[in-house]
Amino acid sequence: MPASEEICRLSATELIAGIEAGSFSPAESIEAWAGAMESDDLNAFLWKGVEGGAEQGSGHLSGLPVAIKDIFCTSGIPTTAGSRILEGYKPPYSATAVERLTEAGAGLLGKTNMDEFAMGSSNENSAYGGVSNPWDRTRVPGGSSGGSAAAVAGGLAPCALGTDTGGSIRQPAALCGIVGLKPTYGAISRFGMIAFASSLDQCGPLTRTVADAALLLEVMQGQDQRDSTSVGLEAPIELPSSTDLDGVRFGVPAELVGGDVGIEVGVREVFEQTLSRIEELGGEVAEVTLPHAAHGISAYYVLAPAEASSNLARYDGVRYGLRVEADDLVSMYERTRSEGFGPEVKRRIMLGTYALSSGYYDAYYAQAQKVRTRIAEDFTAAFQGVDFVVTPTSPTVAFPLGARTQDPLSMYLSDFCTVPMSLAGIPAISIPAGLAAPPEGGPELPVGFQIAAPAFGEQDLLEAAHALEMSIGFQRLDQREGEGA
Amino acid sequence: MTALEPVIGLEIHVQLATETKMFCGCRLSFGDEPNSHICPVCLGHPGVLPNVNEQAIVYALMIGEALGCEIAERSTFHRKNYFYPDLPKGYQISQYDHPIAVDGRLGDVRVHRAHLEEDAAKLSHKGASGRIHGSGASVVDFNRGGTPLVEIVSEPDIRSAAQAREWAQLLRATLASLGVSDCNMEEGSLRVDGNVSLRPAGSDELGTKTELKNMNSFRFLERGIEAEIERQRELIESGQEVEQETLHFHPDDGSLTPMRSKEYAHDYRYFPEPDLVPVVPTAEMREAARAALPELPAARKERYLTELDLPEATAASLAFQPELGGFFEDALAANSDATPRAIANWVTGDLVAALREQDLGEDPYRSKAEPREIAALAAMVEGKQVSHSAGKQILAKLAAEGGTAAGVVESEGLAQISDDSEIDAMIDAAIESEPEAADQVRSGNEKAIGRIVGAAMKNSQGRIDGGLAREKILERLG
Amino acid sequence: MIDREQVRHVARLARLSLSEDEEARITEQLSGILEHVEKISALDLNGVEPTTHVIELTNRFRPDVPVEAPPREVLLEAAPEGDGDSAGFEVPSPQA
Ligand SMILES: [Mg+2]
Ligand SMILES: [Zn+2]
Repeated sequence: MPASEEICRLSATELIAGIEAGSFSPAESIEAWAGAMESDDLNAFLWKGVEGGAEQGSGHLSGLPVAIKDIFCTSGIPTTAGSRILEGYKPPYSATAVERLTEAGAGLLGKTNMDEFAMGSSNENSAYGGVSNPWDRTRVPGGSSGGSAAAVAGGLAPCALGTDTGGSIRQPAALCGIVGLKPTYGAISRFGMIAFASSLDQCGPLTRTVADAALLLEVMQGQDQRDSTSVGLEAPIELPSSTDLDGVRFGVPAELVGGDVGIEVGVREVFEQTLSRIEELGGEVAEVTLPHAAHGISAYYVLAPAEASSNLARYDGVRYGLRVEADDLVSMYERTRSEGFGPEVKRRIMLGTYALSSGYYDAYYAQAQKVRTRIAEDFTAAFQGVDFVVTPTSPTVAFPLGARTQDPLSMYLSDFCTVPMSLAGIPAISIPAGLAAPPEGGPELPVGFQIAAPAFGEQDLLEAAHALEMSIGFQRLDQREGEGA
Repeated sequence: MTALEPVIGLEIHVQLATETKMFCGCRLSFGDEPNSHICPVCLGHPGVLPNVNEQAIVYALMIGEALGCEIAERSTFHRKNYFYPDLPKGYQISQYDHPIAVDGRLGDVRVHRAHLEEDAAKLSHKGASGRIHGSGASVVDFNRGGTPLVEIVSEPDIRSAAQAREWAQLLRATLASLGVSDCNMEEGSLRVDGNVSLRPAGSDELGTKTELKNMNSFRFLERGIEAEIERQRELIESGQEVEQETLHFHPDDGSLTPMRSKEYAHDYRYFPEPDLVPVVPTAEMREAARAALPELPAARKERYLTELDLPEATAASLAFQPELGGFFEDALAANSDATPRAIANWVTGDLVAALREQDLGEDPYRSKAEPREIAALAAMVEGKQVSHSAGKQILAKLAAEGGTAAGVVESEGLAQISDDSEIDAMIDAAIESEPEAADQVRSGNEKAIGRIVGAAMKNSQGRIDGGLAREKILERLG
Repeated sequence: MIDREQVRHVARLARLSLSEDEEARITEQLSGILEHVEKISALDLNGVEPTTHVIELTNRFRPDVPVEAPPREVLLEAAPEGDGDSAGFEVPSPQA
């Protein structure tokens, strides 16, 4: 029987192979990871507990614990979405994505920290405190799935669930040096996933490897009767095995990668090295144009807050969650919501309410929906000439805690490269591509490489990402530490 | 001053009689224990999603077809955002710019649109301290929350309170015939609001309108609109302005009071519901809805007039009052020898009178009389087995106690006397008892015969046919 | 871009009560964000169809069949005042 440390050095696919080979039992795996989670000193977990997964033969994921972003409802287990307003709330039901995992035998490994209602790019908007980036504890892990990314990168969980509305899986995965996949909109049911912006929200895995992402995607994907917008994928996802990129065409959009969009020098270097590597692997790199992509942030920061302002109206102190008592109804509503929501959530509710209000709808909401149409068309046109569109995932490496909290707009621009794919509903993955020093100096930090595919092109996307991953040979933090130890 | 003309439009909310709610699998209920039909979806818990009930779509399509509407090729849901404790999500899912049905007509009133939405929950005030500022509490019962509704909006084609009531009755009959709703105004499964304005007769302009709510019976609907027309007339004639507002009707004294204006101005911030996809009725869906339509009241009235030769008023009341019409159809189906007209007269005349007497409202099925026995009764009278006045006695007995018409005839001895000698003896006795009248008839004054016939009927307890008696008396005295 | 009065109105619609400080800060921040966001109003998008759903789907229905819900007590207990056996969800009266 291998020691706990050895179990905790395995990827999800390796873990399952180990259990299948009889090297260790599901219970041993769950126990090892429960111990790892307990050692959390990153504030990555909001609830530490283990449910299921220890039983032998309960499904092909038996023995695999999955850390769950606290935005997924888990029956009887506290679920806060990082907000004060849901403190103490225990959902009476579980999200479909979580159910699918547990039905396949997986265990639930804690609930991870996040920006309140998934609004943020640094995890600093959690009502329960920020999360440290395991590479440099003075820096942010990214957001909003910051707890999930930090847990996986920091060796506290083999894999985790996140949600991505404008980049909330890909950006923290990039900043923490792991793999993050946002599937096609509708590939995985949203039922039980606390809504931020319904037309953009999508569940996805944060993992150590591309193969792990494929493993979890296959279990979770599929049409769900309870989510009218879910479609699932056309064919089951297989574990990727490609090692070359022969004849595969990659498009680089000037609008997102050009010289004037604020990409850090170090990030740009790693991006360009990765493009060269693509060519070494037999792939082609071409320029593509996405004429409206640069307007993505503007459209996104109208659409997402507008939907959020409506989605968050249900937190009113009547049926569950926080209530701040008052003599009259309106005061009860206002006090509950004002004390229950944090500043960023209030800001977005204000922004979204304004964008939908009488006299402004056409100028903001309707116009943003048209920009969205254009961006989707841009991608469709680009995919006529290339198989994938690639960008750096984040324009910067992980930034210091507090660096952007006073300037919401600068925080919003963290999503510059990830938002257009969300608006177009297409799948995109971030894989760690190398390290770069931050502009202000200090130790080198991970840089993510984003690959986006046409809608439902997940299998091809995973194959390309796998080939690149094999060639890059990025050393994750847990691997480095493992060596050091 | 030119005469003022009322311009009235109606907005009707119809609760659909589906098994489950509009967007979740909770059962519909009325009068059950509060909050006994609730789930995370209809309580608006975090993370839940709405899920459209297929039967609600079917019913909405049937309503659209029955109202002669155009069915939308693509209809969508919006969110109507506002805060209220009876609205768990902070928004109502409703159809906005693409309703499922538009541009129809029922009778002489055009239908503007019919759209699907979800009902709110029920809020009740708790305790007696509600009057004191700041001390009142309310309790929300979410059983009703999420019940599927179809909202039907008429064009402002109605010109009087009576016409509004009649049209609402026709609409109710139409919906009831479809079986898509209980259509019970008192229980709130059919809720009629009115929009009322006045304008100079003949003008095309529209005056300022007010909205009337809480008229939970046809009588109240008519009274409420009548009162509002008068209120507006007085305002205008005294040179004042009508204010655009919502008025609450009080059935107890017939008064109208403005609803407390909400603390904040409304801005519903409608936007397309991202959790639901468009409804695109297929050819099969439309075909199925059309095929499911029964004979509609307007067509039924037409058939009663042309095929059954019923008088206008009788045809209308049978066609537009679903229970009465149903009872009539059941009586017809009993295949007695009576003509439809005779059956119709007994149903709309004496039976309705009996219901009223017994305080049973307008539903003949609540009386003890079986439709088949009313038909039998009509046949007996038409076949002169019993007299008309005996018929009335039989009906009263059937309505109060049930049983068969033949049984009542038997037990009460109401059968027509058919033995000629017995009839002759009675006629002779009647002539003897009215010597003066007999003389007058003999001298050519036929009018006087009535008294003798009356005596014959009285002596026989109505068991002689009036016409026959008359003939025989004339024979004797002629 | 957006003034204090508008911010106050929007806060009222959203049922948020903002302190003086918050009001000032949000007015300034929203103005900055809106200035950026408003670049899209300059785009000529006449005749472009707005996109509500990127993946086109239609007619997703559920059969009209009752589905079992979590126990009623659990749902009632979740209420701020809930003890699981009260008949309803209590709120300050809207009329107060
Ligand atoms: Mg309505
Ligand atoms: Zn329900």
